[in-house]
Amino acid sequence: MARGLDRQRHILDFTLAALLRRKGKTGALVAVYTLVVFLLASALFFGHALRREAELVLKDAPEITVQRSLTGRYAPIPKEYAGAIGEIRGVSSARPRLWGYYYDANSRANYTLVVPAENQPDPGTIVIGSGIATLRDANPGDQIGFTGYDGAAQSYRVARVLPEGAGLVSADLILISERDYRALSGIPDGEATDLVLTVHNAKEFATVAEKIRQRFPDTRPIVRDEILRTYDALFNWRGGVVAVLSGMAGLAFVIFAWDKATGLSAEERKEIGVLKAVGWETSDILAMKFWEGIAVSFTAFLLGVTLGYLHVFWGGSFLFAPVLKGWSTLYPNFRLIPAVDFGELGAILFLVVVPYSVSTIVPSWRAATIDPDAVLR
Amino acid sequence: MILHPALLALEISALLCATMVVYAACFGMGIVRYWNLASGSETQLVLERQTYLVSTVLSYFLAFQLVSLFLFIRTADSICHLFVGAMCAVGTLTVNAFGYPTLALKLVNFLLAGLWLILNHADSRGYDYPLIRVKYLLLALVAPFFALEAGLQTLFFLNLDPDIITSCCGALFSPASRNLATEVVNAPPLPMLGILYGSGVLLLLAGGAFLRRGIGGYLFGGANLVHLAVALAAVVSVVSPYLYELPSHHCPFCILDPEYYFFGYPLYLSLLIAAVTGMGVGLLQPFRKVASLAETLPALQRRLVRISLGAQAVFLILCTLPVLFSALSLR
Amino acid sequence: MISARNIGKVFNQGRPNAFTALKEVSFDLQRRETTILKGPSGSGKTTLLGIVGCMARPTTGRIFLEEREITSLPERFLTDIRRRSFGFIFQQFNLIRGMTALENVMIPAYPLGERHAELKRRALATLDLFDLAAKAEAKVEWLSGGEAQRVAIARALINDPSVIIADEPTAHLDLRLSEEFMAIMRRLKADGKTLILASHDPIVYDSDLADRVVELRDGAVAGSAERA
Ligand SMILES: Nc1ncnc2c1ncn2[C@@H]1O[C@H](COP(=O)(O)OP(=O)(O)O)[C@@H](O)[C@H]1O
Ligand SMILES: [Mg+2]
Repeated sequence: MARGLDRQRHILDFTLAALLRRKGKTGALVAVYTLVVFLLASALFFGHALRREAELVLKDAPEITVQRSLTGRYAPIPKEYAGAIGEIRGVSSARPRLWGYYYDANSRANYTLVVPAENQPDPGTIVIGSGIATLRDANPGDQIGFTGYDGAAQSYRVARVLPEGAGLVSADLILISERDYRALSGIPDGEATDLVLTVHNAKEFATVAEKIRQRFPDTRPIVRDEILRTYDALFNWRGGVVAVLSGMAGLAFVIFAWDKATGLSAEERKEIGVLKAVGWETSDILAMKFWEGIAVSFTAFLLGVTLGYLHVFWGGSFLFAPVLKGWSTLYPNFRLIPAVDFGELGAILFLVVVPYSVSTIVPSWRAATIDPDAVLR
Repeated sequence: MILHPALLALEISALLCATMVVYAACFGMGIVRYWNLASGSETQLVLERQTYLVSTVLSYFLAFQLVSLFLFIRTADSICHLFVGAMCAVGTLTVNAFGYPTLALKLVNFLLAGLWLILNHADSRGYDYPLIRVKYLLLALVAPFFALEAGLQTLFFLNLDPDIITSCCGALFSPASRNLATEVVNAPPLPMLGILYGSGVLLLLAGGAFLRRGIGGYLFGGANLVHLAVALAAVVSVVSPYLYELPSHHCPFCILDPEYYFFGYPLYLSLLIAAVTGMGVGLLQPFRKVASLAETLPALQRRLVRISLGAQAVFLILCTLPVLFSALSLR
Repeated sequence: MISARNIGKVFNQGRPNAFTALKEVSFDLQRRETTILKGPSGSGKTTLLGIVGCMARPTTGRIFLEEREITSLPERFLTDIRRRSFGFIFQQFNLIRGMTALENVMIPAYPLGERHAELKRRALATLDLFDLAAKAEAKVEWLSGGEAQRVAIARALINDPSVIIADEPTAHLDLRLSEEFMAIMRRLKADGKTLILASHDPIVYDSDLADRVVELRDGAVAGSAERA
């Protein structure tokens, strides 16, 4: 047993020394390998973090949102609906909400306008997210101008800038008073953007939603869990696309690895021949090739995953941010909350290490079965 | 089909591995047909070299299989919220009819690959390749299972439809639905624990008898198979509720989650190691009379028994911990 | 100690370029004796050394090592016998470039799983036998021809084999170094090693070291002489 361990240790030592002796070749292999792992890890970490972000946002989201829908299009909902819906059994409260988006043509960015339920800003003032503050170069006390639904210019004083760190969610946020909101959006008194319900018993979500649909056929209740599922499908799909792309990169890499491993240089063939001639057996060479694969894979995996982590959680995913989030100018350097999951690491392992190993088995075996008497001549 | 990265990963590697193993099994058939140890011809040399390729492929397969078993569960767990009603891996696995068969086959194939490698190891101790035909015929028998697993997994993934309403582990194991799973789950917990320890003690006795007097190899191997089933049932019916501290939560997968300190990994790993090595003892038993193995085989079997009993002890201790320290009492 | 019975070796059997390198070669070697394989280039000396040294298998015939037939052993067992019983000194020294002399000497012992410290101590001692202790940490490509060969000899000895096999050992050496090599062989013989040397160099085959000279011609034994 101890002999077996010492044997493996010797072979490992020899393998590492051999890899270091061929710095150029090893370096190229590790570099390409790392790049593939890095791309894949970045994509997966990014998708996962976005999903987490969405989950966090939705955690505080209302259990059921009711929108009004006329001929399949969104429409503001009359406030009276709130009272009637609030009486449905299972619904503990129903509250109208005012919010919307504002497209700023100058900076070509979308802002989210929200009238908070509590602590509304005083009329004439707004609270803005850090993204907007940077984009419009606005500080507390400054005036910011907007164009209302009727084309009239509106101007508000910045009361406060929301702290950074809340990430994606608050960067584009504008908190506004109800009066200003109505002036800007043109939604008349007595109507709201949508209604939010609190329903305590999760089992009743579906029943409540059904009852609302029956009683108010022009409404569309949206259950939170459904949104979560939609988000999930979306992120997974995007993650999947990136994975497919990286898979292609991986394939190219496998071909590269195959080429590297099959195209044993004359020097290496000679070396393996010598090893066999002086008393190494086929399985010793296979063990050596195994350690070689482990060393290369482990290094590349560790490097790639670390770089991917830094890229996503420190570097603002500068490589993918544009692709995955839509070209929003508002999030130049947001920080995602670090979140890594074992499944993700396993997926990377399987997407990269397994193809690499499988593609090197046969070449390694070829190398290992070189005739020991080949070096006699 | 859901384009989840982990699903892609599992699928790609399953297809790759299945291809490799089938390829290796084809080599194996060539070896069975043309093997002639007495010949010094180059064909024979080539065949002997191919044996190295086949065993290398199988070793890699075994390692990947182990990771894939856990990654499969982990992934099923992490995508469960895509399905209405699912709350953990159980929900995902019941989305269609291929989930559980895939998982079961992954487990079986892990055992088969492990057993094959044990046989292969034994064969390599004999100077005249005594088991070469047995071993490759066996490989030809098990290779279709490996391919079948890749096929079932593909069907499972292709038929993952997010619109299907599935059930969570609570519903699956609730007394209202009567099936094998519920029978296991609702087995009275303390007797179940007794059966687990009883079967553990029997294993210990059988193993001890083998170590001392070299008898009962078949018994030990068979007992390990039975014990594997008992142990899995006990994990579901007793160990999980104690660990979750919820009398009705019986899920065998949630114990792999970080909330439970990844407790399931060492638990299942020790059980799997114990089962493979223990069953390996029985598998080797018929070959003890082969002349070239007469010396090495008993020693190898004894080593397997020791490893098996050691891993089994770890498993039983791990099972006991939650029972001792849980806030829950099922008495 | 080693008996070869009707050894035949055919390369590329069954193909149009089939070539019979050895036919019906038989001989016996005694322990502690020195045997010289003599013959022109292409006569099959190297092929025979490979077969006797368990590196290759004969197409026909049988080889016995200490009464045990080793002809059709699996590679795993053949290798085990080879590394414990035979030390090879190759025509091209076949040292691994980029590694030190010491590491080169240790390589044959790696698969045996000896403790590293113990192995290193033995390797240094073996190098010291050949006045190479000072060169232990030198990369082999910086060694002179004579030093390189002595490292190759040290490597052949590291697993303490009973038989030393050398193929054309003097082919790359000048007269002085050839004589130095023969002196080392004499020492090894005195230490009780069995030597098998293949050469077409008179310095080797006319040496008084030889107990037996086997002459090969076109793959067959053309003559075998025992010396007193
Ligand atoms: N692998 C091989 N394939 C075909 N022919 C070979 C091979 N190895 C050696 N030979 C041939 O066998 C003959 C004997 O070679 P060898 O044993 O090297 O002779 P020597 O060592 O006496 O010079 C040579 O004619 C050589 O060309
Ligand atoms: Mg020659």
